[in-house]
Amino acid sequence: MSRYTEGPEIRDAKAPAGPIEERWEKRKFSAKLVNPANKRKLTVIVVGTGLAGGSAAATLGELGYNVKSFCYQDTPRRAHSIAAQGGINAAKNYRGDGDSIYRLFYDTVKGGDFRARESNVYRLAQVSVNIIDQAVAQGVPFAREYGGLLDTRSFGGAQVSRTFYARGQTGQQLLLGAYQALERQIAAGTVTMHTRHEMLDVIVADGRARGIIVRDMVTGEIERHLADAVVLATGGYGNVFFLSTNAKGCNTTAIWRAHERGAYFANPCYTQIHPTCIPVSGEYQSKLTLMSESLRNDGRVWVPLRKNDTRAPGDIPDDERDYYLERIYPAFGNLVPRDIASRAAKNVCDEGRGVGPGGLGVYLDFRDAINRLGRDAVEKKYGNLFEMYERITGENPYDVPMRIYPAVHYTMGGLWVDYDLQSTIPGLFVIGEANFSDHGANRLGASALMQGLADGYFVLPTTIGDYLAAGPFGDVDDEAIAEAEIKVRNKIDRLLSVNGTRTPDSFHRELGKLMWDYCGMERTEESLRKALERIPELREEFWQNVKVTGTSEELNQVLERAGRVADFFDLAELMCLDALVRTESCGGHFRAESQDADGEALRDDENFAHVSAWEFSPSGEPVLHKETLEYEYVKMTQRSYK
Amino acid sequence: MNLTLRVWRQSGPSDDGRMVTYKVEDVSPDMSFLEMLDVLNERLILEGDDPIAFDHDCREGICGMCGMVINGVAHGEQRATTTCQLHMRHFEDGATITIEPWRAAPFPVVKDLVVDRSAFDRIIQAGGFVSVPAGSAPDAHSVPVRKEDADAAFDAATCIGCGACVAACPNGSASLFTAAKITHLSLLPQGQPERLSRAKAMVDQMDVEGFGGCTNTGECTAVCPKGIPLETIARMNSDYLKANAK
Amino acid sequence: MTATIERGAATAPVPAPKSTPTRKKPGGFLGSSNGKKAVMAVTGAVMVLFLLAHMLGNLKIFLGKDSFNDYAHALRTLLEPLLPYRTLLTILEVGLVASVVLHMWAAISLARRAGKARPVKYVAKKPQANGYATHIMRFGGLTIALFVVWHLLDLTFGVVNPKGFDSAPADRMIAGFEPSRWWVTLIYFVAVVMVGLHLRHGIWSAVQTLGWANRNRYRVLKASAALVSAVLVVGFLAPPLAITFGVVK
Repeated sequence: MSRYTEGPEIRDAKAPAGPIEERWEKRKFSAKLVNPANKRKLTVIVVGTGLAGGSAAATLGELGYNVKSFCYQDTPRRAHSIAAQGGINAAKNYRGDGDSIYRLFYDTVKGGDFRARESNVYRLAQVSVNIIDQAVAQGVPFAREYGGLLDTRSFGGAQVSRTFYARGQTGQQLLLGAYQALERQIAAGTVTMHTRHEMLDVIVADGRARGIIVRDMVTGEIERHLADAVVLATGGYGNVFFLSTNAKGCNTTAIWRAHERGAYFANPCYTQIHPTCIPVSGEYQSKLTLMSESLRNDGRVWVPLRKNDTRAPGDIPDDERDYYLERIYPAFGNLVPRDIASRAAKNVCDEGRGVGPGGLGVYLDFRDAINRLGRDAVEKKYGNLFEMYERITGENPYDVPMRIYPAVHYTMGGLWVDYDLQSTIPGLFVIGEANFSDHGANRLGASALMQGLADGYFVLPTTIGDYLAAGPFGDVDDEAIAEAEIKVRNKIDRLLSVNGTRTPDSFHRELGKLMWDYCGMERTEESLRKALERIPELREEFWQNVKVTGTSEELNQVLERAGRVADFFDLAELMCLDALVRTESCGGHFRAESQDADGEALRDDENFAHVSAWEFSPSGEPVLHKETLEYEYVKMTQRSYK
Repeated sequence: MNLTLRVWRQSGPSDDGRMVTYKVEDVSPDMSFLEMLDVLNERLILEGDDPIAFDHDCREGICGMCGMVINGVAHGEQRATTTCQLHMRHFEDGATITIEPWRAAPFPVVKDLVVDRSAFDRIIQAGGFVSVPAGSAPDAHSVPVRKEDADAAFDAATCIGCGACVAACPNGSASLFTAAKITHLSLLPQGQPERLSRAKAMVDQMDVEGFGGCTNTGECTAVCPKGIPLETIARMNSDYLKANAK
Repeated sequence: MTATIERGAATAPVPAPKSTPTRKKPGGFLGSSNGKKAVMAVTGAVMVLFLLAHMLGNLKIFLGKDSFNDYAHALRTLLEPLLPYRTLLTILEVGLVASVVLHMWAAISLARRAGKARPVKYVAKKPQANGYATHIMRFGGLTIALFVVWHLLDLTFGVVNPKGFDSAPADRMIAGFEPSRWWVTLIYFVAVVMVGLHLRHGIWSAVQTLGWANRNRYRVLKASAALVSAVLVVGFLAPPLAITFGVVK
């Protein structure tokens, strides 16, 4: 599938014009309100219970809508937002260090390498302030100072301290806050919870999203759920690489099947690679674990100067070590942004200077920090991280330097949405990581939690009212429901009937490796074309040779996985196509052909200052719609960290 | 490494269960426990067998979804570690490993090692929250919180809801889980208005679900991957007694 | 790398428990498991106070038979002439019996509840919390209850005592533990040690149940519980051992 056609441009028609700081106020005022008595008659389906989905379902329930919430885990509290470590940004300026809504907006647009929409980002910065208030009122135990006020830290290279945190478990604490709000609404009867249910299709009738088809993962029953609007909060698709820091269950099925129903998929090639993860230890590896970025504050990154140096790290004298980040980026040193640190690690490993099994790792060394600060001080700061590292690798980082390697962490791309977070299917809203809206080509640290909660608590509950004010939308066309249900059943039957000789995981592993090699940290026209050739072949083999045991009428984890892998194949193809078409480098998308003399990413604003929104086509030839990005407030510049 | 696994197999909630033995060879010590089961399952699938069903998701010790009783200990013998973070290097070559699901009436087996923990959700529904609708909150700095209280609340709030406490308790009690949430909210000023009604409702719900009572054996806190302290149960008891004295 | 597998024989099937009965909301405070725990804690505290007094009384035997007999008499004439003979003692006895009954009722009810909470037992189960005492509370309680029956028949009602009911308390005591009846002393020994173990966990557990424990108090609390238990064990064992070994005649 390297062929595509180009369709008409797409525009966000919902963001009001005028000064940027007034746009959200204006939109809130112009959005139609729903009469309280009518809210009870309006049903909203929310799929996913992470920060975005959990907070949205709870808030819609509080407002009086009749909400149905779905998740594939055994309880809504498990969603992968729970694993976020670092913190959440908010423009509170509690430190008086010069932070402001405008500065957070500016940093986010710049950090996103000028590929995000200004209106959306500004709103995100505005709403960030309310999130902290809301979370504190819910009892989220943020870190505090002795005076009893909230502590903040600077994070991800920001020059102000705007990151609120709860030790290394900020995501967990925020998610539990949203989960508790959700459980409160379940008890109140406004939200009906469906756990261990996987969404397999959207029901679109008369041009509106009117419900979903789900599979009860315990009984295998295929169920239809109808509503006046559907909200997808199903997270990112980093697991297309098989190995990522995502949870094992994270998948693209919900957004991909919505895409097949007509929702445009925006910027699928934008993936974020996190530089500090524990490297792969063997073929059996099932996932990668992130080590907090804060380690780079005191750890020094290096590799041996010589290729294939097999000496133990302690035996390599200083003058035979290459502290390459300090060498290449003297100004920022070990603290360069994620995308830069990741690519530099890949480069030295490509040169054959990587360490550990397979040569895919670099050292993160605390020797100097221990000598300078003392072991106790280092232990106080990073003790729990060191323990986690030792638990996984069996090596003690106080004695032997840590080995780290980049890993897929977050996907900035997702379903295209307008300012109201509505996709190109009327009535289908997309929030959190599942949409594409706020991070451009690169997400800043501590911004994912902010976006998820902004969407769920504050933005969607307002904007969805504008759509629902015209409802209820009456009975749903039976044929549309039946058609979706049959499509789902057919896909399941097909998977079960192949009875080949390879497991779904073995295909997923191979696809992931292919994506990592050809569409990973560095992409070239050649690699992408190779991927686009290989993926359809592998997918063909999958449909000829996959083995799914058991039946569909039971808890069947093999079947669940097979269905997800099937969708990953289709998505992978679109990702590679998107990466191929975008011949510039920007943020997390690095095209080797587009770099400056120093090997840094080179944007092409002339030709690519746009969002690539892809329309699904059953013919296999997707249609590209461009949304031009205009920068009225932040001037486009080249990022530099030298 | 070569291992013998004795695994609980049960095809559905109302089916008979049994221990089945599998010999596994060539296990790498760097594998996680779940990766070892993954490899076994891959083989079972290829041989046309039903793979062993087990719950798992984040595989980094925070989501709380995984959990099995390994050699008689919830999450295995390594302390403060979830099953997904347990690695094979802690087992001896040639060892026999017994793997069972959480066993408690309020946690019925769904399949093999998968159990239904929705009882925990219902305990939270009974009162494990602060009633504060979105958008109604005052400024976050309007109420200072003593650092000691915030830290202690955080310690209790780190509970991941995995259910190991119930699995390990000789009485099948959910006291540690319930007490962790009660303590978290009862230490913060934001949790005060509903403090006593919350304790009463949640403890009563624990009874309704069919969990046993606490006899302070400390088994729960010993296996808790997050080390939730036993003192949370004292606080729960205190709040519950005060609620009943009213 | 791959692992190879070889399937072995399955154990006998274990039937699944019948579906969990839907339980009703507890009937008030005493119906709740926490309420029952509070009952156990309070009644336990009453019994500990009784044991301390009882032990002190027993030690009077070392001051001579008369001292012991006078003490036994004084118990019956407490607050006389304000109250008729044996009134206060009877009231105390009724309170004590009520405590015993409530303690046992709560224990049985909680044990049954715990049994229902785990219908299928573990094939392998390895306790992780230290403390042998913790795991034998129910067994210990049962042993103590059986012993108390024997104890009352022996020294209170004299039914199984060589001296019978119509004798002086000190004579009954000395006769009960005379060297030839070494086996009585042995039973007594085992029972008192059981009481000690029961209290070592029971005392701090009661404080925990009543919500007065916290992380700063656990050390002191557990040490105090062990100390009180040890004092009671020594105090209760001293008279019978002294009699059996002929120190007191």
